[in-house]
Amino acid sequence: MAERGWLENWVNGIVQPLYEVAPWIVHLVPILWILILIVGSVLILIWAERKVSADIQSRVGPLHHGPYGLFQSIWDALKLLTKEDTIPKQADRLVFCVAPYIVFLPAILAYVVIPVGNGLIAADLNVGLWYLVAVGSIAVLGIIVAGWASNNKWSLLGGMRAAAQLITYEIPMFLSVVVIIMMAGTLSLDQIVRSQSGGSWSLAPPDAPFLNWNCFTLPGMIAAVLYLVAALAEVNRQPFDLPESESELVSGFNTEYSGMRFGIFFVAEFSNTALVSGIAATLFFGGWSSPIVSEGEGFWRIFGDGVLWYFVKITILIYCMMWVKWTLPRVRIDQMLQIAWKGLIPLALINIAIAVAHVAWVGA
Amino acid sequence: MATHGRKAPLHNEEMLINMGPQHPSTHGVLRLVLRLRGEMIESCRCVIGYLHRCHEYISERNGWIRSLPLTDRLDYLSPITCEWAMALAAERLAQVEVPERAEWLRVLSAELYRIASHLVFVGTFGNDLAAVTMFLHTFRERELIMDIFEKLTGQRMTCHYIRVGGVGWDLPAGLDREIRQALDVIESRLREYDDLFTNNRILRARTEGVAEISAERCRAYGASGPVARASGVDFDLRRDAPYGVYDRFDYRVILGNRGDCLDRFTCRMEEMRQSARICRQVLDGLPPGEIRTKLPARFKTPEGVAYGAVEGARGECGYFAIGDGTEAPYRLKIRSGGFSNLHLIEDILVGWKVADVVTILGSIDIVLGDIDR
Repeated sequence: MAERGWLENWVNGIVQPLYEVAPWIVHLVPILWILILIVGSVLILIWAERKVSADIQSRVGPLHHGPYGLFQSIWDALKLLTKEDTIPKQADRLVFCVAPYIVFLPAILAYVVIPVGNGLIAADLNVGLWYLVAVGSIAVLGIIVAGWASNNKWSLLGGMRAAAQLITYEIPMFLSVVVIIMMAGTLSLDQIVRSQSGGSWSLAPPDAPFLNWNCFTLPGMIAAVLYLVAALAEVNRQPFDLPESESELVSGFNTEYSGMRFGIFFVAEFSNTALVSGIAATLFFGGWSSPIVSEGEGFWRIFGDGVLWYFVKITILIYCMMWVKWTLPRVRIDQMLQIAWKGLIPLALINIAIAVAHVAWVGA
Repeated sequence: MATHGRKAPLHNEEMLINMGPQHPSTHGVLRLVLRLRGEMIESCRCVIGYLHRCHEYISERNGWIRSLPLTDRLDYLSPITCEWAMALAAERLAQVEVPERAEWLRVLSAELYRIASHLVFVGTFGNDLAAVTMFLHTFRERELIMDIFEKLTGQRMTCHYIRVGGVGWDLPAGLDREIRQALDVIESRLREYDDLFTNNRILRARTEGVAEISAERCRAYGASGPVARASGVDFDLRRDAPYGVYDRFDYRVILGNRGDCLDRFTCRMEEMRQSARICRQVLDGLPPGEIRTKLPARFKTPEGVAYGAVEGARGECGYFAIGDGTEAPYRLKIRSGGFSNLHLIEDILVGWKVADVVTILGSIDIVLGDIDR
């Protein structure tokens, strides 16, 4: 009990008086939580990407720093931090420096409204989904200005591709989200998760918890597929990594970036990957709700609703995204736009009609 | 360009862009000067010579025997080709007989390295299309062949196996079994590549109908090898101008019909299978005997002219030599398949997109060491 006393002393001695002087200090807690979540997930994701790609390519991947090379990403970050900070002479200095942070921003902003566990949500906005849509579009701006400000022709081509790609793919992405709003009848992400949870283990529809998920309705299923395809394009991952397209545009919009600015782009890519997987899990796969039992007894309590399931779900989704990335070749820019305008967007519009019918006949 | 008093026209639609020599997908130090309209290519100019090493002149100075190992540095992805062509030119000039067993071993090594070279092609082509996994997989299989060459010659890439009048070393004991096993593995992996890559819809969309080259254009440019055969030019030196003992083996010359990037890719995939067939036939019927003709201590070529050409992984590799009675050729002219094939690109790139540049360049499969010499 000694430890507990020590902790209580801390809380009573420091946090309590601080709280009395500056009550806004409570707001630091969710901010810290989000930062830890993002930084931690990014560090693990970079390691995981290396291990997954190594596995797919019959290699071993990082081994030497830490168990199974787990600390490799930390060493990489340190290396990037110690590199010389270069800004091209002809670049637009201010925009060049700001661009990586603009790309990184939406991940931080968006996590504010994503419920990671039961009640674990920084701010349950009643317009949460629209907020998500709005901040999600900021990343595009960062990539375009990064391509423009570098004053490099390859970067410019990358930036222009990003403009065409990201704006195009936002349309099917958000059209598929609309379906969820119609079915859940709310914009609050917490409410959307709650509408999908509940029940205990049994295969009968009212009871089996996972059958309540949106992806097990017809419009929800189509929307989930549309969303995941569009999400790959939104976070510039293969087969839609055209703004970066290493083999064509050298490195696309981040050709001129080095050191930690490049690192921020890298971190942004992974945090955005985690973010779109998190949104997909929340909207279509029941967020933190358990597929087995919502409130278990005894041993089963750990498998009840909670943070565990959120992370299990995004892990599976991210693994699938990595799997796709290391398997498929890249599409060409005109083919990519064709996929969106001729395939995904018409399908998303039809899906809205299906959702209307679903809500009218089956009920929300 | 701008004249005083009049505003220069603002060229805001065209962009001149320099692809290479430092670019991840130009396969070495090739420079392409592209004029773009948006992503469309208006014109392309090829700049080569960044890897020029005065190879021909060095050979004229060093002499036959001492410059033979240098040929490995030309087409470093299939070094046997250049070795063989140079040895062939010297042998034809000096009329050296090559023992039967040496000819068979030459065929074996050349075909093994053809497989290795095409494996690199398949991998880098995948890499150009962002299927990085293909690159790693083909290099895994290429490693089997590299191991064989390490055991056969002591070197992996610049192996200096073929000598004037024969080959350097005989097959070590047990290597034939190892070669057979490697061929089995590679053939089964080729089927895997088909599943993963050749039949991929995105790959098909990226390559089918892209940069079709007509047979006439191939002939006009002097293109050879898989690039020409994919366009339907039925020409293979192994069959049409037999050298060595190629007339004794049973294999098929693979032809494409459209001449697009996909044809150039599948042609090479199929050629690997044919090469494996030839290798097996060599191992089955390898005759006993000497592996090298004894040459005089100072090997000299008489006055005269000779041309030795072999079918390399990248087309016709030819050495044209003028002898003057000394230990070195008076003049040596090297013809590499890649040089002629590469210059097709100025013609065929026009009208395609930036993304297609790497596809088309990759499908031509160049080695800059071979082109710049």
